Amino acid sequence: MNLNQLQPPTAPHSLSANSVSRIMLTVLATLVPATIFGFWLYGWPALFLWIITVLAALLGEAACLKLAGNKALPTLSDGSALVTGWLLALSLPPWAPWWIGAVGGLFATTLAKQVFGGLGYNLFNPAMVARVFLLISFPVQMTVWIAPMPITSAAAPGFHDGLLIFLGNIPKPDAIASASLLGFAKTELSRGTDLLHSLVGSAYGISLTGARAGSLGETASLLIAAGGLVLLALRIIAWHIPVSMIAGIAIPALVANAIDPARYLDVTSHLLSGGAMLGAFYIATDYVTSPNTKAGQVVFGLACGFLTYVIRTWGGYPEGVAFAVLVMNACTPVIDRYLKPRILGRNWRGAPLDPAVERAKS
Amino acid sequence: MGLIEKFLHNPKAPRWGVHPDDHKRPAADAPLRTLPLPARLYVPLLQHVGQPARPVVLVGQEVRKGQLIAEPQGRISAPVHAPTSGRIVAIGEITAPHPSGLPFEAITIETDGHDRAVEADVPADPFTLAPAEVTALISAAGVVGLGGATFPSSVKLALGKRSEITTLIVNGGECEPYLSCDDRVMRDRAADVIDGVRLMLHCTGAREALVGIEDNKPEAIAAMRRAATRFPEIKVRPVPARYPMGSDRQLIETLTGKEVPSDCRAADVGVIVNNVSTANAVHRAVRLGEPLIERIVTINGGAVWQPGNILAPIGTLAADLLAFAGLKSEPARLVMGGPMMGAVLPHARVPIVKGSAGILAFNEDEVAIPEAGPCIRCGNCVQACPIGLLPLEMAANVRVGDLQAAASLGLSDCISCGCCAYICPSHIPLVQYFSHAKGELWAQERDKLRMEATRKLAAERAVRLEREAAEKAEAAARRKAERDAAKRAEAAAKAAAESAVTEVAE
Repeated sequence: MNLNQLQPPTAPHSLSANSVSRIMLTVLATLVPATIFGFWLYGWPALFLWIITVLAALLGEAACLKLAGNKALPTLSDGSALVTGWLLALSLPPWAPWWIGAVGGLFATTLAKQVFGGLGYNLFNPAMVARVFLLISFPVQMTVWIAPMPITSAAAPGFHDGLLIFLGNIPKPDAIASASLLGFAKTELSRGTDLLHSLVGSAYGISLTGARAGSLGETASLLIAAGGLVLLALRIIAWHIPVSMIAGIAIPALVANAIDPARYLDVTSHLLSGGAMLGAFYIATDYVTSPNTKAGQVVFGLACGFLTYVIRTWGGYPEGVAFAVLVMNACTPVIDRYLKPRILGRNWRGAPLDPAVERAKS
Repeated sequence: MGLIEKFLHNPKAPRWGVHPDDHKRPAADAPLRTLPLPARLYVPLLQHVGQPARPVVLVGQEVRKGQLIAEPQGRISAPVHAPTSGRIVAIGEITAPHPSGLPFEAITIETDGHDRAVEADVPADPFTLAPAEVTALISAAGVVGLGGATFPSSVKLALGKRSEITTLIVNGGECEPYLSCDDRVMRDRAADVIDGVRLMLHCTGAREALVGIEDNKPEAIAAMRRAATRFPEIKVRPVPARYPMGSDRQLIETLTGKEVPSDCRAADVGVIVNNVSTANAVHRAVRLGEPLIERIVTINGGAVWQPGNILAPIGTLAADLLAFAGLKSEPARLVMGGPMMGAVLPHARVPIVKGSAGILAFNEDEVAIPEAGPCIRCGNCVQACPIGLLPLEMAANVRVGDLQAAASLGLSDCISCGCCAYICPSHIPLVQYFSHAKGELWAQERDKLRMEATRKLAAERAVRLEREAAEKAEAAARRKAERDAAKRAEAAAKAAAESAVTEVAE
């Protein structure tokens, strides 16, 4: 009988249909609506930036694999580099020049991922490492936001102008350069104007349709959250990290805003601004860099949210999701060390249970 | 599973485990068929946990159906009986039903086709007998646990008597995909199973019996409920279909809420678990005087033409069963048992034993296992592990050779159920990692014991040599002292004699 001798013939003999590329592609599919919406809001430059960021991430991964003497295609097809590049692109200012996307994408998959050994071995979320690197190295380009101009509107740049903006050849007109809500609030507070005055009548209020300045992942917060809910329903991610991270931001925001609404932004602004939703559903939930027990994930999520709030409110930067996630990535091995599941038949300390107690049950 | 079903997921379903596609139908719905007697049966001497049985027949001897052909030896062992009448043609090595394909002691019987049975002596009412007497009947019939562990049933029942069992759990979970032999036993022989359960209650002294049946077997649940109506002490309890529900610790927790401590047996918490097929075998042994010589085997898998359940004598070759069910294509892999924990058969010329629930012939598509990728720490294995272990962390430790670290994470609690490897999106063969590590740790432990024994012997030898040297020195000193004393005495005597001589001379 021609038995298959090549495979190690041990149980289990059937496997679930799940695979890494299937997980990654599902994640990407849920990002599509938010991304398309972003393209519509910010036009051609945003599309070009997205393309170059994703390509750079793929190129960085392929180059490292080649240098290591591996075949690039099988690893690239797992989709993880695509996810990294895509998430990075969603966190950039939509009209940033091409080299921001190119440098960021390359940095993400080479220095933040492949040097650690590739998928599964990186300590920090590659997209967030790249974003923080860009923010620290090129603070000007990384903090210039534009007011949304739907691609169908008259003021929106056409294909040609869009390409020129993308290539950095024409400066952005001052009229459309803008600040994000978090940035504006921080600047106004530092100038001594309280929020009750600065936000009234300004264009910086929360808009549920996304008509506000920010990255692709910020303005489409509701679509991002919807995508995240689909991932939850498909059990690609568990609720623990998103819910606890949102709680970590919302609880301090509610308390502080109730105490002094003139100094502290309201909870809705916090949750729908910056990378809160993208972070809660797509960044902090990164399997590789988050704890692997449910209890650990709750601690991780709460800390991510709380740190985000602290950095936003009292830190030097208006937005803190990336920093918060990176700090908690560093804490993940510690969390995993101390928060382990209880083994059946043992107590939390690992000692066997008392048979007399179990015998007396029911 | 569709999106809506995922939202409506049974909230009572346990958090552990996996829900593989069960592939039980149409095999489970096909009526039970009986295999025509094969020309030869190969009855292994070790079909149970414990010591192998010792042959009590000679080559060339004629035997009858149900005749004892090998007797138990040792405290944990089980006898083996002739599955049909015929002539013993060989007692010796055949291929074992194990992936190693190593040789294995067995008795080969050439069947005569008459199926003549030995006279059976059955008690009129076993419930008037003492529990120990009924247990002795079960022991003599060679009944072993048919859920897969093949632990001699009588030993387990006697243990139950000693440990003050309150609850007998009857395992009709059959959580392994593809298998349906227990389902078939419950559907076709529900009254017999319930009678076996009553006999086991009598043997153990337990007050109640809980029959746990996965809710994907509604026909079996209905049949068992009907059969159990007259016996209020026997309760049929559907349990959620979730692998590994048929594992004893999981079933005990689901049905009674009791958690078996990791260093204890189920009996230590007042529970004993027996399979429904075992209950059926107990009924046949006690009521009909028929030893365990046949069983229902599920023949299933993509390569099988007519999947279903077949009643076959112990010792039938897998090849005979597959030929009877018919093959659509050359099997890409043969498995004895279920797909989650079953063992690969080296070839089909391997006999079925008491514990063989199924022979699965998989086609190429079913065994296409993708190449393993890197661990992405998704934690699916942590969620799936029914024991609460961290398979990903244990595997990472085993991978770098740090077996002690893996052991400290609870490797010894792993039941090798395969949930982690099943669910892993990177297709990492986690169970293999753990089996390797367990084997290695066991070997290390044995080496350590051996070293300790050697060291102890060496230390004892040193002590002995020292003692002998001391004794020798002491003896030498004593002899010297004696010699000196003798010399002194001689000298004194001489001196005395000399002085006497002098005196005389004076």
